[in-house]
Amino acid sequence: MRHNSQPGAGGVSPSPAPSVYGGRREGFRAGELVLFSLATLATMALCVCVGSVSLPLKETLTVIWNTIVGLPVPQGISVPIILSVRLPRVLCVALTGAALSICGGAMQGLLKNPLADGSTLGVSSGAALGAVIAIAFGITLPGIPFAGTMVLAIAFAFLSLLVILSLAHKIDYSMSTNTIILVGVIYSMFVSSILSLIVTFASDHVKQITFWTMGSLLGASMQNALVLFGSLIVFGGIILRYARELNAFAISEDNARNVGVPVRQVKLTLLIAVSALIGVCVSVGGTIGFVGLVTPHMVRMIVGPNHRRLLPASLFGGAIFLMLADLVARILLNPVELPIGVVTSFVGAFLFIVIFYRSRRARL
Amino acid sequence: MTLLDVKHLSVRYGALTIVNDVSFSISEGEWLMIVGPNGAGKSTIVSAISQGTPYTGEVFVQGRNIKSLRARDLAQTIGVLAQSHAMGYGFTVGAVVRLGRYAYSPGLFSGSRDEDEAMVTRALELTGLTRFAEQNVLTLSGGELQRTFLAQIFAQNPRVLLLDEPTNHLDLVYQKQTFELITEWLKTPGRAVVSVVHDLSLAKAYGTRGLLLDGGKTIVCGETGEVFAPEYINHAYSMDVAAWMRRMLAQWQEEGTR
Repeated sequence: MRHNSQPGAGGVSPSPAPSVYGGRREGFRAGELVLFSLATLATMALCVCVGSVSLPLKETLTVIWNTIVGLPVPQGISVPIILSVRLPRVLCVALTGAALSICGGAMQGLLKNPLADGSTLGVSSGAALGAVIAIAFGITLPGIPFAGTMVLAIAFAFLSLLVILSLAHKIDYSMSTNTIILVGVIYSMFVSSILSLIVTFASDHVKQITFWTMGSLLGASMQNALVLFGSLIVFGGIILRYARELNAFAISEDNARNVGVPVRQVKLTLLIAVSALIGVCVSVGGTIGFVGLVTPHMVRMIVGPNHRRLLPASLFGGAIFLMLADLVARILLNPVELPIGVVTSFVGAFLFIVIFYRSRRARL
Repeated sequence: MTLLDVKHLSVRYGALTIVNDVSFSISEGEWLMIVGPNGAGKSTIVSAISQGTPYTGEVFVQGRNIKSLRARDLAQTIGVLAQSHAMGYGFTVGAVVRLGRYAYSPGLFSGSRDEDEAMVTRALELTGLTRFAEQNVLTLSGGELQRTFLAQIFAQNPRVLLLDEPTNHLDLVYQKQTFELITEWLKTPGRAVVSVVHDLSLAKAYGTRGLLLDGGKTIVCGETGEVFAPEYINHAYSMDVAAWMRRMLAQWQEEGTR
């Protein structure tokens, strides 16, 4: 394989015809889009139907469809369950999964680090700290009910990311995978100690604070789903826009600079978009760990490492993964409900070890 | 025409001076070899010119200050080849080479123009990588990986190539291939090459000009014949370089005549 071909010599096709590698086929194909959408919708239908009270699929779909197109909704006990309990929750879960996964995919590319994710880097914990401070000190913005929590969660997510990355940069100029993860762990510990401190002083908010550290989308509303959807369109759109630049970063930051990526500007934009999305997710559903770590890895096995395919696929994959995790959380110990973060962390921790082990082996 | 003009370049990390007031310029058709012992600041110069390391002094490309150029314009003018590449994800060779066209068509929906495709195809042909186009880069040998990034630069089509010890960890065959490919590339008018090279024989054989550094300072800069003169080179390396080279070569000659 090694020395058998002189460069420029050998079987080279002179035809300037459209090449078969990458390029024109680099993006997400229509067929894949349909396939991933169908899988997501099917999972969504399953998750709305199954639960402490199981509902027939046909009736569920009729209720949802009639509501959407404005036809009279058939009466029955199942209608409020579907429309005000199950559907908003499943939608929020799907959107959160999609948002966290595209963030994980973007961070893994940007930092060239297969272990990067909002939870492993401590960004989610930082966002939760912001949310908890807003609750404990009663910080609100006039007009919108949960804007105070959200704004503080976003601001803290971004600040956390800055602190973690600059600290990692100071410790280890090359910002190796292990250094970033180590700093993330230390930062998470630091944040949880502050959280405990706040709990001590604001004991009347213990329940809410626990919710934020465990993560749950119990009682999520349509309003929450709309906010998640809006942020996913805006910030997810920004991340998708930089898919090509992320490919360059995933090779190396130096290579990104060499091929002409405005490194600082792109990096800052992506970090802001990622922090904003994680901040919104945390303010709605608390810290749900490891989704952003697990999904891109599973999706990469299907569509490959190219971010133009990986990122859109992560959106769908993340939605499906988190909806299934939420389903398990709801029905495993029925009628007791597990926090969704317990399920995702359980899966995520195993995967984390597998990836870490493999990446260490690869270097030896 | 002067393509690259470096004036009073210095790089300092705190109190430590890595590069101390280095100036040089290269014109069309020239290949400047930056040589010197380990720690002379050779790679740092390449990193500073490619804007990867903060520096003082000024760098001009085609008469324009490099700091006034947009990232994309810079990439269309200067292409940088690092000495090694640690790949984390399994991109295809074609995808890596295609990124070389980024500077000509940034944005999401580009990269599919005929011109870009033609350049990528040609770069793969030149480097003999056409049949590797769909291969995962994680499965390549060191030499094949280096050729992949050389193809990326050829697709990028800059005026000046900046090479940081391009064949440092490659065996003889790849060294020969790489240097001959670059010689070919240089034949097109309007191009120049700057490379950091450890192997003095390679530097002497392929370079048109030389820059000898020691301890971050310029010892001599000029035609290769002048730069590789014993009075400079022996001093920088603290040994009789030519005598050692002759002794090495003598062994081969003896065996050849036996």
